[in-house]
Amino acid sequence: MAQFLQLTFSGIAIGCVYALVALGFVLIYKATETVNFAQGDLMMLGGFFAYTATTLIGLPYWVGIILALIAMALFGMLTERIVLRPVLGQAQFTVVMVTIGVGYVARGVVTMMPGWGTDTFKIVTPFAEQVVHIGGAALALDQLMIIVDTAVLCLILFLFFRYSRIGIAMQATSQNQLAAYYMGIPVRRINTLIWGLSAAVAAFAGILLAPITFVHANMGFIGLKAFPAAVVGGFGSIPGAIVGGLIIGLVESFAGFYLPEGFKDIAAYIVVLLVLMFKPSGLFGEKLRKKV
Amino acid sequence: MSFFKAENLSIQFGGVKAVTNVSFEVQQGEVFTIIGPNGAGKTTIFNLISLIYPPTSGRITFEGREITGMTPHRVANLGIARTFQNIELFEHASVLQNLLIGRHNHTATRLWQELLFMPSVRRAEIEHREAVEKVIDFLDLQHHRDSMVAGLPYGVRKVVELGRALCIGPKLLLLDEPSSGLNPEETDDMAFWIEDIKKDLGVTVLMVEHDMSLVSRVSDRVLALAQGEMLSIGTSREVQSDPKVIEAYLGKPE
Repeated sequence: MAQFLQLTFSGIAIGCVYALVALGFVLIYKATETVNFAQGDLMMLGGFFAYTATTLIGLPYWVGIILALIAMALFGMLTERIVLRPVLGQAQFTVVMVTIGVGYVARGVVTMMPGWGTDTFKIVTPFAEQVVHIGGAALALDQLMIIVDTAVLCLILFLFFRYSRIGIAMQATSQNQLAAYYMGIPVRRINTLIWGLSAAVAAFAGILLAPITFVHANMGFIGLKAFPAAVVGGFGSIPGAIVGGLIIGLVESFAGFYLPEGFKDIAAYIVVLLVLMFKPSGLFGEKLRKKV
Repeated sequence: MSFFKAENLSIQFGGVKAVTNVSFEVQQGEVFTIIGPNGAGKTTIFNLISLIYPPTSGRITFEGREITGMTPHRVANLGIARTFQNIELFEHASVLQNLLIGRHNHTATRLWQELLFMPSVRRAEIEHREAVEKVIDFLDLQHHRDSMVAGLPYGVRKVVELGRALCIGPKLLLLDEPSSGLNPEETDDMAFWIEDIKKDLGVTVLMVEHDMSLVSRVSDRVLALAQGEMLSIGTSREVQSDPKVIEAYLGKPE
């Protein structure tokens, strides 16, 4: 029982990280119909920014994190403005290639930066090496914080999209850009802001993940697990991304313990195949039928 | 100072001259209609006026201010609303939500106030809801208030789009073929509403339309186009009896 609890718990914790990266994909996809392959690398950069602020500069943990989030939001907005806007309206393929390029460049630049490089770095959190005992299971406080922080972020995002003028403008833009323009919504600026928001969410995921996997140039490959999460939830659904992330996290955690070695890494993709077979639009996907 | 003025508008797509030297003025409080046979450039003119395309030459002024080259969202802020021939609504939202988006420009609350749901936000919210309810009553949309747009019949969606444009609180309303896709009964309702929009709400209407019975019923003045050029301008009767217009629609008498 304690074992089961432990696995569930760590599954949810890692699932939260997948969920946040998937959320970043979904935000950008819904608003701009672009699949951002650099999402994982934005997460990695977020980790490095936080590492720089807390460890290299020596700021207190929370201050460092907030600065890293702001810096990443700006980075996301700049990326949209400088790299993506010029290819706006080009073929889908062009835009996707550009995002893949952004990811490669980010990885390359990180390894070249003095103080960053190819090493693995640790961000020391205020909760490091503390353990909470619940029902016989020993839970690392770092993991518990991932879950709590994710829940808080989701609540804030929910309120933001539900009640704020700009959040509603973002939803409107994602449903119909032309109509949004004529409601007086500055669609281009909204797209820039969405990239900023998405980059900040990805950075948050990177910061949460840092105590577990540490910060390194290739940590962005976790984005490959966030893809299945987004697909399981139904690409384009925000709650779907969260639930999808948790499912992938849990499945991976259980597969790693109960199934033979090797299953852990492919479990996520087996789930995706099953979901696509039985519910092709994903768990929360919008059923769109072309009206003729 | 004229209310709305287009001067020497022209646009070329490659070698194709879609619109050539079109000039007209719309007076405040009138219904001004642009007519013409298929391919005359009606929709192109409309897209020029609503700033989807920049004109190759010419300028557009609204209340004495030049608006050529502005982005479409700034136009909404100036008090110009539009509808679309093929309906552009927010499909996965309710009718009420669609109409409330029309109030976007009138929202001045700050993000932190909204997230904390401050009293000022609540007051503003109630005001917006009242403005929207007026439009719902005006267009008889009560039954559809909470329906998802995606599930509504075409005729109702057309009315919802008109309602959303009205929620902006426009001074000038641009209607792109308001009767297209409607049955005769719905077209009749549309004519009533356009008359009421002019009389009761005092909104100036500039529209593109091909249904001549609707045109002659609601329009104060009509501009006829053919092949991107101005043929005739005047009252509906004058334009319809102009030999040049008859020729453009029906061809030369043999």
